Amino acid sequence: MSKLTPTPGQTVGPFFGYALPFDKDNELAVPGSAGSLRLHGTVTDGAGEPIPDAILEIWQPAADGSVAAETGSLVRDGYTFTGWGRASTDRTGKYTFTTVNPGASRPGKAPFIAVVVFARGLTNRLFTRAYLPEDAAALAADPLLSSLPADRRGTLIATREDGGGLHWDVRLQGEGETVFLEFDGGGFDGGGDARTEGA
Amino acid sequence: MPTPRQETQQELSAEIAAIASNYRHSVAAGGAVATQPSLDYAPYRSSILRHPTKSLHHADPETIELFSPAFGHQDVSPLEADLTIVHNGEPQGERIKVAGKVLDGDGRPVAGQLVEIWQANASGRYIHKRDQHPAPIDPNFTGVGRCITGPDGSYAFTTIKPGAYPWKNHLNAWRPAHIHFSLFGSEFTQRIITQMYFPGDQLFPLDPIYQSIVDQDARDRLVATYNHELTSPEWSLGYNWDIVLTGSKRTWTENEALGEDGEHHE
Repeated sequence: MSKLTPTPGQTVGPFFGYALPFDKDNELAVPGSAGSLRLHGTVTDGAGEPIPDAILEIWQPAADGSVAAETGSLVRDGYTFTGWGRASTDRTGKYTFTTVNPGASRPGKAPFIAVVVFARGLTNRLFTRAYLPEDAAALAADPLLSSLPADRRGTLIATREDGGGLHWDVRLQGEGETVFLEFDGGGFDGGGDARTEGA
Repeated sequence: MPTPRQETQQELSAEIAAIASNYRHSVAAGGAVATQPSLDYAPYRSSILRHPTKSLHHADPETIELFSPAFGHQDVSPLEADLTIVHNGEPQGERIKVAGKVLDGDGRPVAGQLVEIWQANASGRYIHKRDQHPAPIDPNFTGVGRCITGPDGSYAFTTIKPGAYPWKNHLNAWRPAHIHFSLFGSEFTQRIITQMYFPGDQLFPLDPIYQSIVDQDARDRLVATYNHELTSPEWSLGYNWDIVLTGSKRTWTENEALGEDGEHHE
């Protein structure tokens, strides 16, 4: 149990666009390089409208399942895999990363990419995951996925495209609402990150 | 096309007051204390279609989520912590120093991690193409800074006190002066973006974004403290603001306590 109460989050607001994006922020791998692929999708609101002022960050293992501890994400050298990237949505709500398939942390574990979503209108960041679609047995055995109702599980699983790309949409609200996560030990000593009673 | 009638501050303030009252009654009746903003906070109109309607799903962090992205020497220059030296001339406004520590929920320093800030200039204008507020752009102020926390979790920025600015949530809606902070912890689940406010701002009770944190104690955690010891003679006013990230699930090691970027901070 935490001894200190965490500082509350606040919305990223509308004007992060001149501060957070940086050159090649969405390129964990060099586009066109061996093993590189495109991870992309659309961020939409409860009316199904695209959100042009959202920002996604991903953090993932290397293709061999190892966790990168390399620096240099803000100044991409074109060679080092740092495992972390940031992508703003465009005016049509679309985001794109160039990355590699995340490896499994252990044989038989379902590989996934950890995702954080920020947006104007979103009062606090949201955590979620994008799983690779291929290993059906690993997906079925995954503790998180198997704890979800069948109709929501799919929101966390990307679709493989011809050519190797991954398509994965984020729906903040409504039909097909993405499953968002709160973590144990995540500083909830009461209301936690969850919506609060009476609010 | 007729312009829709804009809601007044009075109407918004009534909504804010009703939610606050419900919350106080809930806590008095033994309900949970809120430590984070409500995702569903209708007075912040942009949140209405952008908050999940289903409860956040409890998950145990796994592997990648138990570590944090790393940033180092090549990522951040020490000069980026001074927002007043980016251009050739002095920015307009009140020069301030904002300093504090980034700690985890167990009070341990978060060392060697990236802190990013962005803010409006002294007249309340952002360098952003979508900010159309007719206040002057300051050619000597961009409003973006970065640093890497020291071995003791410390950060420090020199900047200009940002101005309040209008936004279109409702008629006569003004944001309290604030600085946006982006923080990383020792694991990915600690990632947070928040806003630091200045003490005594009369706009606090009127602002739906600040009030989306329904608990007064929690809101107070976003307000910096004026510190005369941090104030420099003939130069700048000093504010302190410490940030607490969530607890850490991972076993903490001595190397992390030292931080690999300690030498960034003399």
